[in-house]
Amino acid sequence: MKKLSARRRHPLAALVVLLLALAATGGLYAALAPQKAVADDTQQSLAIEEGKKLYAVGCSSCHGMSGQGSSNGPTLVGVGSAAVDFQVGTGRMPAQQPGEQVPSKKVIYTQAEIDQLAAYVASLGPGPSIPSKDDTNVTSANMARGGELFRTNCAQCHNYAGKGGALTNGKFAPILEGVSNKHIFEAMLTGPQNMPSFPDSTLTKENKRDIIAYLNEVNSSPSYGGNSLGSLGPVTEGLFGWIFGLGALIAVAVWVAAHTTKAKKS
Amino acid sequence: MSESTLPSEREAHGGELAENPFADPGLPPHEPRRQDIDEKAAKSSERTVALLFTVSMLATIAFIASYVIFPVGKVVFIWPIGHISALNFALGMTLGVALFAIGAGAVHWARTLMSDVETAAERHPIEADPETKAQVLADFAQGAQESQLGRRKLIRNTMFGALALVPLSGVMLLRDLGPLPEDKLRHTLWSKGMLIINQNTNQPLRPEDVAVGSLTFAVPDGLEETQSDYQEQIAKAALMIVRLAPEDIKDKRERDWAHQGIVAFSKICTHVGCPISLYEQQTHHVLCPCHQSTFDLSDGARVIFGPAGHALPQLRISVNNQGYLEALGDFEEPVGPSFWERG
Repeated sequence: MKKLSARRRHPLAALVVLLLALAATGGLYAALAPQKAVADDTQQSLAIEEGKKLYAVGCSSCHGMSGQGSSNGPTLVGVGSAAVDFQVGTGRMPAQQPGEQVPSKKVIYTQAEIDQLAAYVASLGPGPSIPSKDDTNVTSANMARGGELFRTNCAQCHNYAGKGGALTNGKFAPILEGVSNKHIFEAMLTGPQNMPSFPDSTLTKENKRDIIAYLNEVNSSPSYGGNSLGSLGPVTEGLFGWIFGLGALIAVAVWVAAHTTKAKKS
Repeated sequence: MSESTLPSEREAHGGELAENPFADPGLPPHEPRRQDIDEKAAKSSERTVALLFTVSMLATIAFIASYVIFPVGKVVFIWPIGHISALNFALGMTLGVALFAIGAGAVHWARTLMSDVETAAERHPIEADPETKAQVLADFAQGAQESQLGRRKLIRNTMFGALALVPLSGVMLLRDLGPLPEDKLRHTLWSKGMLIINQNTNQPLRPEDVAVGSLTFAVPDGLEETQSDYQEQIAKAALMIVRLAPEDIKDKRERDWAHQGIVAFSKICTHVGCPISLYEQQTHHVLCPCHQSTFDLSDGARVIFGPAGHALPQLRISVNNQGYLEALGDFEEPVGPSFWERG
């Protein structure tokens, strides 16, 4: 004790005491703190935990630390897991830069990571969830009815053959070829970006399956007329006909008239 | 231009050209073609033309053969056209060659073998000579007398009457362009208490079905596709149902006519009547695909761009005691494009 007492005025004494006090407080808390009522180790909450970490790194700068949104990105409370699965699964999110429309690009998250992100965002508030395998199974869907529904609800923006089209101020409706059944379903369900949503209450799951079956048929059926020139109808076809068809005829006429038949070439 | 017309040359010729600078130079002397002077070349041209016509015949036979041989569904890859129906490609190519070879043969024939000597066709007055005129008049007078047209006035007058009346039947058929639309352009099928039917499910819409940011197309209750006037009615009554957050609606009348932010607008563009439904749910703009008229659904659907002259008419809606959306009457103004009497 004498030794300790002798050093009580040592310059480091205060520091040692502080450390001891901190260690004691921490240790006591660890020993005495109440245990959590429920063991928080279910699959779902693990996914939410992991998703939250991914969210904090990849999404929070625009959508806010808790998904409340900011001037750079809308709130994600209530958008549901389907919206996350679509936006991240098609590479639209994370966005490269702000603008009128965020285009699809290379997907940078694995499906497992996307599921975790989706679980986290879904935990923020109730919203449409990722469709099940049965929801997007179109083997027994009615593609003729799907065609009708597509022309009523979708063709105005996405073109009658699903080739996409222009909207205002640089926005556009994207081409629907090469999009998975699940992502088409989710797009109808959630209404990504400027697309309006078509919830199950107004466009039933069966309707959605019919539309997907129609699109699969349109995208897989061959073009009997050769190059479809974008399926844009008379604009591209007329342009092609006028430039290349009439152009070839004019070229032949010029060639004929430029070559004299006279024996004496002048 | 020959060199003698150059100013320096003209002076040397003592102003001879200046006397009549616009004299008719006449036709240039005829230059023969090789085929005109060399019979071997002419024979060769003849064979070329015959070959082109034969190619055309063979192509036509190939067309018929293709039609028989190729099955309808067979698709082949042909660079640079891509995947294409074998039948379509074969028919198009053979018919194209058959027509082109006829044309090419005819052009080659005309250029190398048909006479290319230029001749001038003299112009004559188109008036007939006096003898012909006198003869025609005499013949007419004789015909008129022999037919007794001048003597039997009853026949003449009834004939004139018949000839004058016959065209009336053609005029009468123009009646088929009518009847006039009367007030059809001002009214649609919507009336007070009519349920709003979702076009996808054919079920009446309830307010809770319509989510914020969603787009639904609706028709009046009772309008069936089997009805004979279905197209006429749907062309006026087609409805676009959108739900906005009530605080986003800037126009007071629009908010009053909405039900909890659910607004019902005519789907028919007020420019030339295209179905307009390119709705952007974040900007609340509706774009017409025909001429890019743009309407702001959050501000009474006023026109913010393009040639449309009127805002989209809004249908006043509410919810009935069974919880279904219903119309509170017809559109207040005519839907669709302007017309003279619209005002």
